[in-house]
Amino acid sequence: MNELYTLLVQPFIEFGFMRRGLVGCLALALGCGPIGLFLVMRRMSLMGDALSHAVLPGAAIGFIFAGLSLPAMGLGGFVAGISVALIAGLVSRFTSVREDASFAAFYLLALSVGVLLVSKYGSNVDLIHILFGTVLAVDDAALLLVASIASLTLLTLAVIYRPLLLESYDPAFLQSVGASGGAYHLIFLVLVVLNLVAGFQALGTLMAVGLMMLPAITARLWAQSVGGMLLTAIALALSSGLGGLLCSYHFDLPSGPAIILFAGSLYLLSLLFAPAGGVLPRLIRQRHLAH
Amino acid sequence: MSVRLSNLTVSYRRHPAVHHVSGEFAAGQATAIVGPNGAGKSTILKTMIGALRPDAGRVELGGVSRQHIAYLPQAAQIDRSLPVSVLDTVLTGAWRHMGAFGAARAQDWQAAQDALAAVGLGEFAQRPVSALSAGQFQRVLFARIMVQDAPLILLDEPFTAIDARTTHDLLALVRRWQAEQRTVIAVLHDFAQVREYFPHTLLLSREVVAWGPTAEVLTEANLQRASANVAHWHEQAPVCRVDDAAAQEAQP
Repeated sequence: MNELYTLLVQPFIEFGFMRRGLVGCLALALGCGPIGLFLVMRRMSLMGDALSHAVLPGAAIGFIFAGLSLPAMGLGGFVAGISVALIAGLVSRFTSVREDASFAAFYLLALSVGVLLVSKYGSNVDLIHILFGTVLAVDDAALLLVASIASLTLLTLAVIYRPLLLESYDPAFLQSVGASGGAYHLIFLVLVVLNLVAGFQALGTLMAVGLMMLPAITARLWAQSVGGMLLTAIALALSSGLGGLLCSYHFDLPSGPAIILFAGSLYLLSLLFAPAGGVLPRLIRQRHLAH
Repeated sequence: MSVRLSNLTVSYRRHPAVHHVSGEFAAGQATAIVGPNGAGKSTILKTMIGALRPDAGRVELGGVSRQHIAYLPQAAQIDRSLPVSVLDTVLTGAWRHMGAFGAARAQDWQAAQDALAAVGLGEFAQRPVSALSAGQFQRVLFARIMVQDAPLILLDEPFTAIDARTTHDLLALVRRWQAEQRTVIAVLHDFAQVREYFPHTLLLSREVVAWGPTAEVLTEANLQRASANVAHWHEQAPVCRVDDAAAQEAQP
């Protein structure tokens, strides 16, 4: 019992930075889990990745003007992410370039601009900070931002849940009843970018998308309903935050990758054992029913 | 309610798929749209729901808004891998009442249950749509149309790849909708179905070949004219002057 306490609880009792890191991760998980699940259901799993790269140049510009300031970098990242999402969406609507291709084109542009800016104006240590973040250095302002974004995300998703889900499931029907699927798609993209911005301080721009996608992809292997998948994704994201932080503390690992690797391990385990899509349950031969 | 097409032209990349089509669909009755592939049958339905914009002319829906049209697209692009239940799918038919944010009323749930029972899937309400066969899923989509309770029902090749038993059951629903004075417009390929269930037919090959009582439209001569028409397609086609000529005639 005592050992369990030392293993799981003591790090958070003893150190303030661990407590803040934990609160940050839990708040992130609440927002990122559902957002990731909607990305998966809309077959946009890789768009999240593209957008996370797109956030970088904005964060770099913020960094050049204000140094390592979260509001400046966050605002810059948000503007850059939204711009790439909008321009890519418009290009695919008005030219013959498909949406995934135009996303790829614009995020590559944005990524190279970002890396260029940071290497020209910042030291490499700063670049690493932007790319990989550090959850153990989040201050109260950052926590407030992450918590606000998580709350806004959950409230907005609750409001637009039905049209957003229907737009993934049967877009032609939504159009035929005269509802504007595009508007909900746009609101959703704003939420994606907001959550990436929330994630980059704690996990870095490249890692933020991991907490979004891995729990969501894993959830599909466990749950058989949309509501069930949402709760599973959140639960998996929460436990990845907690488990990753503890691993990073006990084994002296960088926190961002530890959290994402923890989520990744849950995914690999689920691939093997999950009842709804795992490999092993499929191998167990069950005799077929009479009808 | 009456649906009228007046001088309707809709084109893809400037080539007309529907060319100067005028006429009126019989109100409260069932009309089949038949014609060869590429004749513009689906294009007319898509223009009716506002998904395509006419180049010229217009669709007059007799004061009915888009929310009062139930439209079943050809090979509906529904993502059936999502774990959505049969009942929830049917319940989206009540969109006109609940919209994006409103709650489903008790009578909406009841209507969805009744519609499922009517298509013979009463026991399937809680199943995920991924567990259904193609025919069962088409029954679900017809149940949703019943919940939509629309005065105008558009069906685009609803029985393609559907077995005879299911087709028979669903055609009975079409007959019931006519009895309820709904206007049904269906794109079909099976002339036997058309003759048995659809009193009116529009034979189309980009232009109207014939439009009227089914027996008068589906003649050998008309069908031959229709298939000959669609074969004309030139990359370098000249600009159509029909509207210019009409405008000149209208001038004093």
